[in-house]
Amino acid sequence: MSGQPVIEVLDLNFRYGSRVALRDVAFQVEPGEVFAFLGPNGSGKTTLFRLLSTLVPLQHGTARVLGDCLAEKPDAIRRRLGIVFQSPSLDRKLTVAENLRCQAALYGLGGRELAVRQREVLLQLGLEARISDRVETLSGGLQRRVDLARSLMHRPELLLLDEPSTGLDPGARSDFWNYLRQLQGEYGLTVVMTTHLLSEGDRADRIGILHEGNLVALDQPEALRRELGGDQVTITCSNPVQLKEQLETRCGVSVHLMDGQLRVPPLENESLWDLLQGEFQQQVESMTWGKPTLEDVFIHKTGQQFQSSSTSGEES
Amino acid sequence: MNEIPQEGSPRVSVGPLTVRPWLVVSTLSWREFIRFFRQPNRVVGAIGTPLLFWLLFGAGLHQSFQVATDGPSFREYFFPGTLVLILMFTAIFSSVSIIEDRREGFLQSVLVAPIPPWSIVLGKILGATLIAWFQVALCLVLVLTLDIELSWGNVLCMLGVLLLGALLMTSMGFAMAWNMESIQGFHAVMNLVLMPMWLLSGAFFPVPGLAAHVVFSQQLLHWVMRCNPLTYVVAPLHELLVGSVASGRIWVPSLGTSLAVTLLFLLAAFTLACKVSRRRTRGDLL
Repeated sequence: MSGQPVIEVLDLNFRYGSRVALRDVAFQVEPGEVFAFLGPNGSGKTTLFRLLSTLVPLQHGTARVLGDCLAEKPDAIRRRLGIVFQSPSLDRKLTVAENLRCQAALYGLGGRELAVRQREVLLQLGLEARISDRVETLSGGLQRRVDLARSLMHRPELLLLDEPSTGLDPGARSDFWNYLRQLQGEYGLTVVMTTHLLSEGDRADRIGILHEGNLVALDQPEALRRELGGDQVTITCSNPVQLKEQLETRCGVSVHLMDGQLRVPPLENESLWDLLQGEFQQQVESMTWGKPTLEDVFIHKTGQQFQSSSTSGEES
Repeated sequence: MNEIPQEGSPRVSVGPLTVRPWLVVSTLSWREFIRFFRQPNRVVGAIGTPLLFWLLFGAGLHQSFQVATDGPSFREYFFPGTLVLILMFTAIFSSVSIIEDRREGFLQSVLVAPIPPWSIVLGKILGATLIAWFQVALCLVLVLTLDIELSWGNVLCMLGVLLLGALLMTSMGFAMAWNMESIQGFHAVMNLVLMPMWLLSGAFFPVPGLAAHVVFSQQLLHWVMRCNPLTYVVAPLHELLVGSVASGRIWVPSLGTSLAVTLLFLLAAFTLACKVSRRRTRGDLL
């Protein structure tokens, strides 16, 4: 498997009736990397997850997962995939051990093999003490960890996760990422996830930004930020619409209005700087400088702001 | 953050997994048992309500109901119907659990596992069937309160018929519940389809015969009841418990016919359940 991409997708299109969910998507995921599909709600990332996890059949395009064709050999792929869904796929009435037993049976594991692997995943994820607890008595973070343990029972080569941080507080989210990194580092597990959290995109090795079914960017987060050049400036002012128009007309730059604030490109444009320091100084209430964020990348690539609903959970 | 243990076998380079459908069937059935006994209200609901029906209707209709001059009392006649109602209630609870499995997320990992769909269906159905069957087997003890002499042979035959009946009802329940998105929706189906099926199975009153003078409504009732799969579960139970009540006024299928028809309906219901389980519902894609 080494050297060969773990996922290779070309010309992928998907529709729900007349609504296009994915349009000409193409990408590769390399062995051992943590790859995140970042996009606001409705960008097509969950559809992509469903296709890769074999939950829905391919409509158009080609996809090879772990060297096998997704359309022709879904069962062969399923055996080597670990899947973590947006809501934990656990039976809340069952204990942790009983849930793992159910999952193991789905992959043909029983008897001694079950005992060995159960012990292995429980140790890996620090769940030994909770083995006899019913899932319904566990916190959200622990349930998510049990769900991760469940997906690892058959020792998958590729782990697919659909918005795994949904409903987790920042501490549990950070723990979850540590476990993912641990699995990647120790075992070379390839991790592919979808997320609507910009902070998670920053933690991935590479990201693909999805917008309205199109893959608009694909690179390391740092490289994408570098594309934007220097610092981004955020301006707070009394009449942002008017100032936006004035700056665009006078300097020929593209200014974005977001949540009542203006985001302007790096101040390499001297006339822009002069205007903000001079003629428009009275309108400007404050200006802040900062490194470009993935949100800036998203705005740069799509011309639209990352849904505020998506980012609201970011700092919660 | 715990450290990864150094002991144990290396994790990567695993050989291909062997899918074992019968392990899936036995594990999913075992899960049904565990879930059932961890929800005591299900046990009470499945056994309590039918037994209450039996006691109340048995007492209330004792004076006014008579199948034949020297035939069974209503309490005796209604006993097989009560057993079938216990089967039906358990089948309904089990079918509802499919909707819960989907809503709570458990079903997702089952749907993306490399297993044949029939193993999911059989695992779910077999678990529910055995739960229902053990319950009616326990309730069979109540025969001792009736003025009936029952041979061990007949008891075993009744258990056999009840097993087939349980398989039939859980298969039908599975096929109906698979596409349902809400438990409320399933209750509507239950009230519209399953309860009338039970009422028109000969459990509550016998199937009217087709004598020459029979009015149209009785003829209609005869054919509706005759087409009802549950009629062929209830009839052999009556026959084994209180003997044949067939006469010009009452139609009863023979034991052989009942067995053949039940098996046919069971095969059809199981095939349908397997077929619908291949479908992805909206609930799977939420």
